[in-house]
Amino acid sequence: MAENTVISAPKEKEEWFGKKERKLLTDPFNDNNPITVQILGVCSALAVTTQVYPSLVMAIAVTFVTAFSNLATSAVRSYIPKEVRMIAQLVIIALLVTIVELFLKAFNYAIWKQLSVFIGLIITNCIVMGRLEAFAMANKPWRSFLDGIGNGLGYGAVLILVAVIREVTGKGSLFAGSPIEWKIIGNTSAYMINTTAEGSWFSWYANNNLMVLPTSALLLVGILIWVQRSYNKKLVDIS
Amino acid sequence: MGSSGYILRFTLIMTVITALVLAGMFYVTEPYALRSEAVFNKRAILSAVRSQLGGDKFDELSDQQVLDIFEKQVEQLVVNMQGEVVEGEKAENISLAQEKKKPESNRLLPVFIYNSPDDSKKYYILSIRGNGLWDEIWGNIALESDLNTVAGASFDHKGETPGLGAEIKDNPTFPAAFINKKMYNDKGEFVSIVVRKGGARDPQHEVDAITGSTITSNGVTEMIERGITYYKPYLDKLKKS
Repeated sequence: MAENTVISAPKEKEEWFGKKERKLLTDPFNDNNPITVQILGVCSALAVTTQVYPSLVMAIAVTFVTAFSNLATSAVRSYIPKEVRMIAQLVIIALLVTIVELFLKAFNYAIWKQLSVFIGLIITNCIVMGRLEAFAMANKPWRSFLDGIGNGLGYGAVLILVAVIREVTGKGSLFAGSPIEWKIIGNTSAYMINTTAEGSWFSWYANNNLMVLPTSALLLVGILIWVQRSYNKKLVDIS
Repeated sequence: MGSSGYILRFTLIMTVITALVLAGMFYVTEPYALRSEAVFNKRAILSAVRSQLGGDKFDELSDQQVLDIFEKQVEQLVVNMQGEVVEGEKAENISLAQEKKKPESNRLLPVFIYNSPDDSKKYYILSIRGNGLWDEIWGNIALESDLNTVAGASFDHKGETPGLGAEIKDNPTFPAAFINKKMYNDKGEFVSIVVRKGGARDPQHEVDAITGSTITSNGVTEMIERGITYYKPYLDKLKKS
């Protein structure tokens, strides 16, 4: 049946949320992940992932910046003179990052203090600039917006995955610093499993301090890349 | 497109729009940022007397509760390096980071006096500042009304290594170890408190250092000694009166 059907010319249909749009959102989670495949934004991924809560805030901040800088750049892309293309992109990114920073400082001061320089450094996060150059300059605003959200979330997913492993094994807690902090295992009675309690089965256990240090994030990201490539063979050739 | 006139116009318009948006955002968020900053700083100061404020429950205090406690139960005064009270200054407006830039004899020091409603005791909270491994560290030490026994401490830092030096803030057992240590020996001489690598030897004047953070620990020792020395003229006058 398929052989007889006339395939219409590949004239692109404008869809709000078709297959292509969905792919823009899902691709960055696996085949085109900013951290594990494009190897971008690794610096901040190593630095902020000691705890889940700051990583979550960072992920949201980066998603906001990638999404709206993609949208804005794409919307004005035909007006940007190519001589000052990069400067224009940087101004848009810097504007959004400063907005994020002002907002965080006003409404979540503790996290703003904790993330400190890394919020400002979103400006130099290669993911943002990379998506503007590679996608937003050549695509329509709506698709660029989705691409930005997809890449921000793809980055955030890796960030949170690494942070969950590091916080649980390194500090024995989850979401420390947030209202829903959950203390899982540690050496005081404040933790759910108290390793110093009498007759505790976990008296041999100690939280691994190495996991809090940036080295462990490098190892974890490396292991993630390895695991991903060992089941997703098509990634092996392109890099 | 591409002519220098167009490029100039484009950059000019872009800059003006960006500047206006940012100025507007700053104007809108500033009052909230100032309040958040005040709450954050006051929480850090009160954290030195957290054992008086419900211990572990201290972390659950809301922003408004922190401001209320500070308003009702905390007296503020500013002293100079000669131990005299300086009129017309509010302790919460004194920034030790700024004072550090002045010559030593001109510096001003904040004193926060927490009046406990439970036992109607006074706790003197003194602010100190020094250097860690990578950047500045600072903290607050609360002294009981004998001006000798430590009632609590809180520390913070700008950029110490997570898991090592940053434990002075992240690990609640570190500041808790300062409770009941003494600043003066039995003869009344100032000996300060030492963060000792390899474990405290003197139960009155030493606390355990954090493993793997020798320089931050030494920084805390030095910060306490120097910081409390600055307050000594004031403490001496207070003892006499």
